[in-house]
Amino acid sequence: MALTGVQIFKLLPKTNCKKCGFPTCLAFAMALAQGKADLSKCPDVSEESKKMLGEASAPPIRTFDLGTGDKAVKLGGETVLFRHDKKFFNPCALAVNIKDNLSDDELVKKATEVSQSEMERVGQKLRIDAISVEYASGSSAQYEKAVRLVAEKAPAAAIILNCKDAAAAEAAVKAVAVRKPLLYCATNENAEAMAGIAKTHGVPLCASAQGLEALSSLTEKLQALGVNDIVLDSGAKSVKEIVENNTQIRRAALKKGFKPLGFPIINFVFRDDSIQEASAASVAIAKYASIVVLSGIEKWKNLALFTVRQNLYTDPQVPMQVEQKIYGISEPDANSPLMITTNFSLTYFIVSGEIENSKVPSLLAVMDSEGLSVLTAWAAGKFTAAKIAQFIKDSGIEGRISHRELIIPGQVAILSGALEDKLEGWKITVGPREANAIPTFLRGRAS
Amino acid sequence: MSFVVPKESYNGKVLSVDFGKGDKAVVIGGENTLPFLSFEGEIPNRPVVAYEIQDCPPEDWPERVRNEYKDVSGDPVTWAKHCQDNLKAGAIALRLVSTHPDRENRSAEDAAKTIRNVLAAIDIPLIILGSNHIEKDASVLVAAAEAASGYNCIIGKAQEGNYKTIVAAALAHNHKLIAMSELDINLAKQLNILITQMGFDKEKLITDPMCSALGYGLEYTYSVMERIRLAGLFQNDATMQPPILGDVGMYVWKIKEVTAAEADVPEWGSLEERGVAWEAITATSMIVAGTNLLIMRHPKSIGIVEKTIAELT
Ligand code: B12
Ligand code: SF4
Repeated sequence: MALTGVQIFKLLPKTNCKKCGFPTCLAFAMALAQGKADLSKCPDVSEESKKMLGEASAPPIRTFDLGTGDKAVKLGGETVLFRHDKKFFNPCALAVNIKDNLSDDELVKKATEVSQSEMERVGQKLRIDAISVEYASGSSAQYEKAVRLVAEKAPAAAIILNCKDAAAAEAAVKAVAVRKPLLYCATNENAEAMAGIAKTHGVPLCASAQGLEALSSLTEKLQALGVNDIVLDSGAKSVKEIVENNTQIRRAALKKGFKPLGFPIINFVFRDDSIQEASAASVAIAKYASIVVLSGIEKWKNLALFTVRQNLYTDPQVPMQVEQKIYGISEPDANSPLMITTNFSLTYFIVSGEIENSKVPSLLAVMDSEGLSVLTAWAAGKFTAAKIAQFIKDSGIEGRISHRELIIPGQVAILSGALEDKLEGWKITVGPREANAIPTFLRGRAS
Repeated sequence: MSFVVPKESYNGKVLSVDFGKGDKAVVIGGENTLPFLSFEGEIPNRPVVAYEIQDCPPEDWPERVRNEYKDVSGDPVTWAKHCQDNLKAGAIALRLVSTHPDRENRSAEDAAKTIRNVLAAIDIPLIILGSNHIEKDASVLVAAAEAASGYNCIIGKAQEGNYKTIVAAALAHNHKLIAMSELDINLAKQLNILITQMGFDKEKLITDPMCSALGYGLEYTYSVMERIRLAGLFQNDATMQPPILGDVGMYVWKIKEVTAAEADVPEWGSLEERGVAWEAITATSMIVAGTNLLIMRHPKSIGIVEKTIAELT
């Protein structure tokens, strides 16, 4: 069971030397108890204490990487059941399942789809993170060949070896060992063999069983066999099972400190209809999955799933925001139009994207409004005529441009009069209400 | 260590609200657990999806969803019957868009007439929505409530700026009522208190904490809904126990992701699926957060969501 802050404090050096970054040993102990600090930050703790604290200082949900390199995905490490309580930390990995009995051409095509799946949204680069290669051929040689080919054509993707046959799995693990594939999966029948492979090659292992009782005893067995990086598959297939099982797993780990289920979760959401699959995937993303495996990755589906994952994993306390400054788009000069907006990331990226689309070189003044959208910022008194006027004056833009015209968002047309009063000598023009009308608007002015 | 199912015990439950008449009447809410956790509570009713229609042709809807109704949307009665008879809708939400002063500014009497005609043509439950113009809705919804007297409709939306007359009308004509506030749990609570202080029964209320589309503030709606549910269930806060509405269609079917042609954004893939998936995922996220009643537009996304709901219950 987890130790309290005071119990942990008794095991620390009690010198208050601050090397851990906390003002006192007690503060550090409290943070440890809440899973918000890492014991290794105290250089002076004794070996004996370390052992005793080992379990208590481990996070309630184990954290490790899926894949290698800078595109590796951190799994686990979550601390809350509801995002508003703090935040969800490690966005789940999205994976696509590919069968090994496809033709080489098809394998290459699918792997290439994954390696080209990256999209940018609100300043983040998002992608399909992993490929699950399914052992469907029944031939170990074919499996190894398919795994090699897929790994080669999708060099950044993490690999999931979807293969219950220990011999075939071992050959494949060896073939792509440098990529640290996730081995899927150990069951009650093959646990020893799979644990042996995972241990020998230092790769994570998925435990798969029907129901959480069977799953708990399986992970205990795997740990006894020396495997620590474990992913959980409770056998959930319907969205109902996904919601119920995942909730029970997360609760058991966080609220009961139940170690056998303190691991990241994998869900398979295959459906015949791809939109139905997207709907099921969105349930798994919201409800605690760390890896969601899909059967198909159309572009429209990726965009939608990347977006729902990004939405739910943003920090609820701090909206995503960009730096306050005047951005130049498409190499503007002294005569280029000047527009203003707020520093909410979503607003900035939509507006700057549309200005780029217009191909009209422009200046976009982005004003700090604490990450709020245009109307929200206006309603909250952070995007007012007085503040905008002050920002424009302080920005030094008057020295950079030869005109005195400021284009404001159509949604705050109401500000134009007051702004003309406050920004002497300036002409205020009301732009369109929606950003997608900006290209037509700018091109219309330019001609 | 042996696994013990980690159950929560809740003190409160979501109120159940019925609307419509006869054997087509629908009940929402009534659960005493968080969404779909039937291992620890009762979930007597599943979330319901209402088809959105409006009292004038949907020229402001993007082509992909407008086309679905092109043969029927010229007239709200035909449109409503189409949803009921051909699409097997369980409920309809009629938005009185044309009453908005910036649209056709049609009168409250006109709206009342439309309501009477639609109600005469269908036997499934009806949700009656104003044009979301605070002042105009106050008169339009009063007339609409009267026209629908006896039909046990849901009327909405009552907001801070106009709730008094709308509440009085719903009370007089025995309708259920949507109370909408702006993405803030305290505002939602406050409005429900004001409304019940007028003598309106809390068991006839539906909370709309305001929806937002996937990619456009979904996370705010999601968390406000979760917090409302937790307050109602754990703290037994009666003002937080009405069923929740997700007015999904109108927020989804205006954003770039459901309108931009594939030729303009090839990296986003097929527009047809993109639009349907966008509405379906927005709605799915809402029901996972606690929504009991959805208002949606595209028949395909509604089909997807109904299947997901069937799988969840
Ligand atoms: C999410 C949201 C919130 C979030 C904040 C999100 C954020 N980071 O800003 C939260 C929950 C915190 C919030 C709070 C509030 N909100 Co709010 N919120 C919304 C919501 C649902 C979406 C806003 C959004 O993200 N839009 C997307 C962004 C991209 O839009 P945008 O910035 O306007 O940009 C678009 C255009 O303006 C244009 N554009 C932008 N810049 C430029 C520049 C130029 C030159 C041009 C031409 C165009 C252009 O392009 C963009 C895309 O088309 C809207 C309602 C809605 N569905 O729209 C209400 C809304 C904006 N909120 C509103 C209100 C009243 C509030 C509160 C005051 C509520 C309250 N009483 O507490 C608070 C204030 C916040 C505070 N700190 O005090 C009202 C504003 C009403 C009004 N007309 O004044 C709205 C409209 C809801 C409503 N219908 O009543 N809100
Ligand atoms: S580094 Fe160790 S000894 Fe020093 S204050 Fe932190 S906990 Fe105490």
